[in-house]
Amino acid sequence: MINLTINDRPVEVQPGTTVLEAARQMGINIPTLCHYEGVKPYGGCRLCLVEVTLGPRTQLTASCTYPVAEGLKVLTDTEGVLEGRRFVMDLLLSRCPEVPVLQEMARQLGVMEPSFAKGASDCILCGKCVRVCHELQHVGAIGLVGRGAKREVTTPFGEFSKICRTCGACEFVCPTGHFADIGKVSGKTPKPKLSEFNVGLNSRGNIYRLYPQAVPNTPVIDAKNCVHLLTGDCGVCAQTCPAGAIDYEQKEQDLTLKVGSVILAPGFKPFDPTPLKAYGYGRYPNVFTSLEFERILSPGGPFQGHVKRRSDGKEPKKIAWLHCVGSRSNKEGEKPYCSNFCCMVALKQAIIAREHIGPDLDMALFYMDMRTPRKDFEKYYVRIKDQGARLIRSRVHTVRSVGNNGDLEVRYITETGEVQDETFEAVVLSVGMVIPPATKELAINLDVPLGPNDFVMASCFEPVTTYREGIYSCGAFNGPKDIPQTVMEGSAAAAAASRALAAGRGTLIREKVFPPEVEVWGEPPRVGVFVCNCGLNIGGVADVPAIAAYARGIAGVEYVQENLFSCSQDAQAQMAEMIREHNLNRVVVAACSPSTHAPIFQDMLRNAGLNKYLFEMANIRNQCTWVHLNEPGAATAKCQDLVNMAVAKARLLQPLEYITVGINRKALVIGGGVTGMTSALALADQGYEVHLAERKDRLGGNALKLHTTWRGGLVRPRLEALMDKVTKHPQITIHYHAIVEEVSGIVGNFNSKLSTGQTINHGIVVIAIGAEPYRPEGLYLYKQNPNVLLSLDLDLEITKKSERLKKAQAAAFIQCVGSRTPERPYCNKVCCAHAVENAIKLKVVNPDMDIYVFYRDMRTYGERETMYQRAREKGVIFIRYLVANPPVVEEADGRIKITVMDQILQRPVEFRVDLLTLATAIIPHENAPLAELYKINLNAEGFFTEAHAKIKPVEASTEGIYLAGLCHYPKPLQESVAEALACASRANTILSREFLQLESIISNPIDENCDGCAFCVDACPFKAITLLEYMKDGSVKKTVEVNAVQCKGCGSCMATCPKQGIYVAGFTPEQLEAQVEAALGLI
Amino acid sequence: MQDRYEPRIIAFCCNWCSYAGADLAGVSRIQYPPNARIIRVMCSGMVHPNLVINALTKGADGVLVCG
Repeated sequence: MINLTINDRPVEVQPGTTVLEAARQMGINIPTLCHYEGVKPYGGCRLCLVEVTLGPRTQLTASCTYPVAEGLKVLTDTEGVLEGRRFVMDLLLSRCPEVPVLQEMARQLGVMEPSFAKGASDCILCGKCVRVCHELQHVGAIGLVGRGAKREVTTPFGEFSKICRTCGACEFVCPTGHFADIGKVSGKTPKPKLSEFNVGLNSRGNIYRLYPQAVPNTPVIDAKNCVHLLTGDCGVCAQTCPAGAIDYEQKEQDLTLKVGSVILAPGFKPFDPTPLKAYGYGRYPNVFTSLEFERILSPGGPFQGHVKRRSDGKEPKKIAWLHCVGSRSNKEGEKPYCSNFCCMVALKQAIIAREHIGPDLDMALFYMDMRTPRKDFEKYYVRIKDQGARLIRSRVHTVRSVGNNGDLEVRYITETGEVQDETFEAVVLSVGMVIPPATKELAINLDVPLGPNDFVMASCFEPVTTYREGIYSCGAFNGPKDIPQTVMEGSAAAAAASRALAAGRGTLIREKVFPPEVEVWGEPPRVGVFVCNCGLNIGGVADVPAIAAYARGIAGVEYVQENLFSCSQDAQAQMAEMIREHNLNRVVVAACSPSTHAPIFQDMLRNAGLNKYLFEMANIRNQCTWVHLNEPGAATAKCQDLVNMAVAKARLLQPLEYITVGINRKALVIGGGVTGMTSALALADQGYEVHLAERKDRLGGNALKLHTTWRGGLVRPRLEALMDKVTKHPQITIHYHAIVEEVSGIVGNFNSKLSTGQTINHGIVVIAIGAEPYRPEGLYLYKQNPNVLLSLDLDLEITKKSERLKKAQAAAFIQCVGSRTPERPYCNKVCCAHAVENAIKLKVVNPDMDIYVFYRDMRTYGERETMYQRAREKGVIFIRYLVANPPVVEEADGRIKITVMDQILQRPVEFRVDLLTLATAIIPHENAPLAELYKINLNAEGFFTEAHAKIKPVEASTEGIYLAGLCHYPKPLQESVAEALACASRANTILSREFLQLESIISNPIDENCDGCAFCVDACPFKAITLLEYMKDGSVKKTVEVNAVQCKGCGSCMATCPKQGIYVAGFTPEQLEAQVEAALGLI
Repeated sequence: MQDRYEPRIIAFCCNWCSYAGADLAGVSRIQYPPNARIIRVMCSGMVHPNLVINALTKGADGVLVCG
């Protein structure tokens, strides 16, 4: 080993190390342009000048080529060194005055303008490219030729190189951008590798992250294009990676797993519109698919959220969205079903495009029926209409290019049959979803039967169970659906799949055991500070040794260490070892963000026998070096401050008790309809005791009136089988005539008092209380004419095979009665399919019956669309009406006369029918009392609100409360059943545990300071604080108590308290004050 | 350069939003001046008025409560 000093600090390095490498090991930054790890040093740029003294001799020299020697003294930042670097920089800048990198480096060194005659080159002759091409790529396509002023990097004889592989390494390493076009070397045009995630709209590197949220978020090498994997040359990435993480040996592996259930969630592929010549996709650059446009709109997308046309990069001011591309069509290559999500995609993209481009964006949406049936989607649709989007009910004939500026003409046919042309600057095709051949093959290999459209066949009562036992499926593979539905089905499939495995639950879990915790109460703080380099993320900007040196000087700091990667497994083990060895009782890690890494380090503390709350992080990466990349000095100073602040707080940290609460492993399910029963059964099959509360004297709910599901399965026999299972299940207790009247407690330990007098203690609750039909008193002869029915009444007639159905010569359906109005701005989701299904049934009873459906938009979403087609084939007549001009219903000659303004003929038309069915709104029961009892929210229409529309679709905002079925929003039975299963699955994540581990960063009252003023009680957003009175020294003392489970540690109480009578553990006023003082340099 | 006035700013950032936002600024490599010192709090609602006033009296040139 060789000993030398750099900037008066001693260092020991391997013989053969250069001065530059030795300085870098110490975290000292020396500027260089020609140095590159893995190739021979060349001393080409001379910027890395340092002052070296060996024996009597002192000189300025390039540190990259100067080897270390025993007793060598190196100074990297003397005035002489800086003067030398400025002179070198001046020369470089004079040669290449237009190169931005050089301009910036010159500015940092204090060279503003070159002193010499300005050249016009962009090559500093550092030879990095030549060395990389020779030494790493083993190609040698380029070399430095000529002498003096004629020296340049070029190919032999200046001709196109025959041996160049166009690998781009020269371009990659060139500091000045000289190799912007490597085609000049090879004569070949390099083909950019297109980003798969951004659907080919931009290029990506050969080592890349699949997408920003990929799990695991580790870069991958594109093996098909890797020089090293193809030829054995290069290997630059392995040499460069400081963590040594590159493994060229990784191979695809075949694994065999023994499992009890399988869940299929293979998803879908967007429809490829290239074969549909009429839309011009692939031919006209400014025709986009909705997926491409989605990426364009994304701030993380190819253009950082700026909307650009493919042809000229111009921002379009007039955009057309074409709905139903590839869907709802019987043409060859297109799909007969509705893809369900694409209407909303077009609406959403119009809204976001308007946000990006501006309110003057002309948005035109060409659609057939606007299908926005899900919760709150209708309001979204109304909103975009209000923002000026033009919604054009039509079928588009062709898209063609007009002029030569990239604009497109859309030819379409209006509802009344007129042909129109309109020019747009861009066209977006709202493409549907298809099941790709590989997925189909998977199903065939697994013997899972698929339906005619390649979606999994399943019963509406078991929507996530395939016809192959033990195999379950969810998501788009079960039929077209949107995100909330797929998320919910994911949970449902988990419930179904784990049902048969309930007995084995938890048997493969390995419990993590920590050593007993060291007692630190009363001990003076012995702080350990671990400063992370995070590779070059921190160390490449800030001076980590200087930070560590600073930390050693802070009061209370016993031990300081620098790590390359603190989060790596070996570093973790080593840190725990140091904690034990040095008896540390407080730990500061100066690295990245506590949001992402605190749990890892806290586990490390526990492994070392410390309470995990004796830990503090200094965020010197995300909030320092990453945001001050060009100010190394200021960044280092800020890092030091952040470490000082963290230590100041750490000195005051106290161990906190881990709070756990036992869980009452019972469930309460409210509502005895199909949804409630399904949930109860799923939970009971998991082995939990379930109480099912039904307000009536029987089970079954609305399903008792349903004839069939939309797939045609009879409801009654399945309902009876379900009721039979529920009533006979030993784990289920049914409470009839039971309404919840009082509730106390929280997740894990609820107490709900029923109107029957019983109090149920339970850990979770599923609310599935259903809804009811709107009864349109005084409208459309409802209750005035016996032949005017509600949808469910018609089901009963069909079940009974009633005489009047057989006699009726004509029947009509009026859709959207009381729904999609300003009063009830939501769609019922079920009525269109229900009407179509019943119209077909009437046609079966009497094929000669005339049947009319008066609708606003036919919303037979998903595969229900095929049923709509079948109804039309059978002669059912569909007539659209406008909400402003609804059908007029009168009695005439003992029949029902309906007059409606036909939108195709544009004139009123009269019909006489014997039977009229009204598809009325589904309205919530009086949900407010239950919402109040369980402290959960209702939306404006009175339905229960989920915690998050997309990612928590069945959870209420209060933990341990789950929502399913109609009380959440109108939906078909199949979706209610899936939600019921999803609730059971989510509930299982709580009930399967014996204890709940809670966060200990919560409020703690200080009784002697508290005078019971109760300011905090009002301020607490979680209702976690209660006022107490007790007898103390003969008088009443008021104080407050905090419910550890409800408290989230927000500290609103602490900021409100005038007496310092309450504080948040881990964020006490003293700790925060200490951080302020440290930040201001006072401690 | 050294003579330029450089304010010292104390920023109280909520763990769930603005502190996460400051992390994201880092991930996005957004560059901003190094004058602020961020103190993580569990909610901007826990910042007692005294904390703000004390910071100012002790020499901070600005206090940012962000949440």
